[in-house]
Amino acid sequence: MALEREKHIAERALLTMTETQLLDLYRRMVLIRRFEDKVAEMYSRGKITGFCHLYAGEEAVAVGAISALYDKDYVLSTYREHGHCLAKGASPRAVMAELFGKATGLSRGHGGSMHLFDGELRFMGGYAIVGGGLPLAAGLGLAVRYKEEPQVVCCFFGDGALPQGAFHEALNMASLWKLPVIFICENNFYGMGTLVQNAICQEELYKFAEPYKMPGVRVDGMDVLAVHAATLEAAARAREGEGPSLIEAMTYRFRGHSMSDPAEYRSKREERIWQERDPIKHLRRKLIQDGRANDARLAAIETEVAAAIDDAVKFAEESPEPALDTLGKHVYIDADGAE
Amino acid sequence: MAQITYREALNQALREELERDERVFIMGEEVGYFGGAFKVTDGLLAVYGEKRVRDTPIAELTIVGAGVGAAMGGLKPIVELMTINFGLLAMDQIVNHAAKIHYMFGGHAKVPLVIRAPQGAGHQLGAQHSQSLEAYFLHCPGLLVAIPATPADAKGLLKSCIRQDNPVIFLEHESLYGVKGDVPEGEYLTPLGQASVLREGKDITIVSYSKCVYDAVAAAEALENEGVDAEVIDLRTLNPLDTATVVESVRKTGKAMVVYEGWRTGGAGAEIAAQIYEAAFDHLDAPVERVATLDTPIPYNARLEKAALPGAADIVKIAERMV
Ligand SMILES: Cc1ncc(C[n+]2csc(CCOP(=O)(O)OP(=O)(O)O)c2C)c(N)n1
Ligand SMILES: [Mg+2]
Repeated sequence: MALEREKHIAERALLTMTETQLLDLYRRMVLIRRFEDKVAEMYSRGKITGFCHLYAGEEAVAVGAISALYDKDYVLSTYREHGHCLAKGASPRAVMAELFGKATGLSRGHGGSMHLFDGELRFMGGYAIVGGGLPLAAGLGLAVRYKEEPQVVCCFFGDGALPQGAFHEALNMASLWKLPVIFICENNFYGMGTLVQNAICQEELYKFAEPYKMPGVRVDGMDVLAVHAATLEAAARAREGEGPSLIEAMTYRFRGHSMSDPAEYRSKREERIWQERDPIKHLRRKLIQDGRANDARLAAIETEVAAAIDDAVKFAEESPEPALDTLGKHVYIDADGAE
Repeated sequence: MAQITYREALNQALREELERDERVFIMGEEVGYFGGAFKVTDGLLAVYGEKRVRDTPIAELTIVGAGVGAAMGGLKPIVELMTINFGLLAMDQIVNHAAKIHYMFGGHAKVPLVIRAPQGAGHQLGAQHSQSLEAYFLHCPGLLVAIPATPADAKGLLKSCIRQDNPVIFLEHESLYGVKGDVPEGEYLTPLGQASVLREGKDITIVSYSKCVYDAVAAAEALENEGVDAEVIDLRTLNPLDTATVVESVRKTGKAMVVYEGWRTGGAGAEIAAQIYEAAFDHLDAPVERVATLDTPIPYNARLEKAALPGAADIVKIAERMV
């Protein structure tokens, strides 16, 4: 079973990582969870509107994978991308402000929850068309190879993207051209209310790697170290010019598909089982058990994160709305590079 | 100045831009070893190699998507779609991605991508291979649409498109590849958004683009024999659209006709007519006429195909009625 081997690698990762690295993983996961909790609160207060998809429960996937990359590596994601964007290092202030639709937001209030972008951090965007990001990832990989740069491209998408043509076209092209792309499928068992087995003939999604001649692994997406280890392997391979990999991270969203979804298609029992596997609690337990961190240190991180998020909300609240005359800006770039 | 074909002019533009800028590369189905389905990229692979002239699998969505991604990654891709008909498979990447990325990310990302595609009817290729779809792209903010009629503009517009930073749909007409004309050698840029007045006249304005420009010119010559002095404008780009040149002409002639190979309903001609009404209503002596393709799929049979498409005779007939 693929998961067994991954578990073993994850155990090893725990042993080889420094304390600072481990605490950083913890901090990033807590940051995302608390951020999403706050977003839910702000949504219910009408401060955030539109479509809004939360990442709570899936933190170990983004944090595990992105912590295995270098700063200069590229990441792109879907409409459920707050977590990936924060994990890549985006300022909670700028992300929150974008959700509030403010001028100080990452996309100047023109993007919203589903369209975060931070070019400096090489967070190459959240895309709301299921499967739409995969061809872009292939293209970024092509650019990296073309310029003979050492970067890799890490592309996150849901299980819902697997039946899309874009998935199959992009995997074929990336493999054919040996592009440095890591395809990370977040299998949270559902695309909206549709179970994976009702959407695709092959439920073991990592097996799609084989026909496209790339390594495919299934990892425990509730274990940040397992995701980290699998991504390290895929990244090393990509950097050596050996081409793409597919990682299927088994995970679970703790909330509905979007803020308007009460998730009535799932049982409370199922939700409880997964809550018990909470990736943050899981890492916390591990760190304490293995003597890599103590309760006080972890509690201090939690307090620090809570303050950062309060600060982000304050910043977003106080930020100005985009001026009306920005409506027609950034549709085209003038010949001289001006808007 | 050399007399070369529209095809050679495009090839020259590609060659010069590949030479000029390391970031420029071409990809698409059959662009390399085959030399392009219409031989536009012929000979480029031999000079620039597989890195700069890249054959792709048949996967339009991802060819365009990879072009968008490569553009975001700092390159200047020129994607060739074998024909615009197949480009419909890439509409998601064109409309939802290429056209949106600069805007929806607050101006922080850019997509300097040129998508070249042949289009048009006239060769009895049937309903799925004969469409003119410029209106689909004209409709979408965030895209530019260039649509040259002459060899010189084919070269000058393509070079200008490659050098700017917006995604462009660059539409070539399949019937024009063999057409010859004077094309300046070396550096030659046609500005985007400037129509060219091919023939001055005082009685009626005929606005056109792409292959229909030739029909318009032929019609104007026929009309001259009947004492009708027609002005012919080649728009050259539909976005940006040079409304000013059109309106100035209509103010002078008081009559306007738009001639184009897209379907009549919802075509570019409807937009151009609306802009004429908005800007020159008081100067019009007659309703703006549209001479376009009938609202049917393009049939195979030669006589039927010809009947579906606009031609010089249709222009003459309607112009006579108008003046
Ligand atoms: C092409 C397309 N079709 C349909 C939708 C509507 N839609 C939004 S999210 C979604 C489910 C996607 O599920 P999955 O890929 O598993 O991601 P998850 O939400 O579970 O993270 C659907 C059908 C869409 N955004 N894009
Ligand atoms: Mg899912």
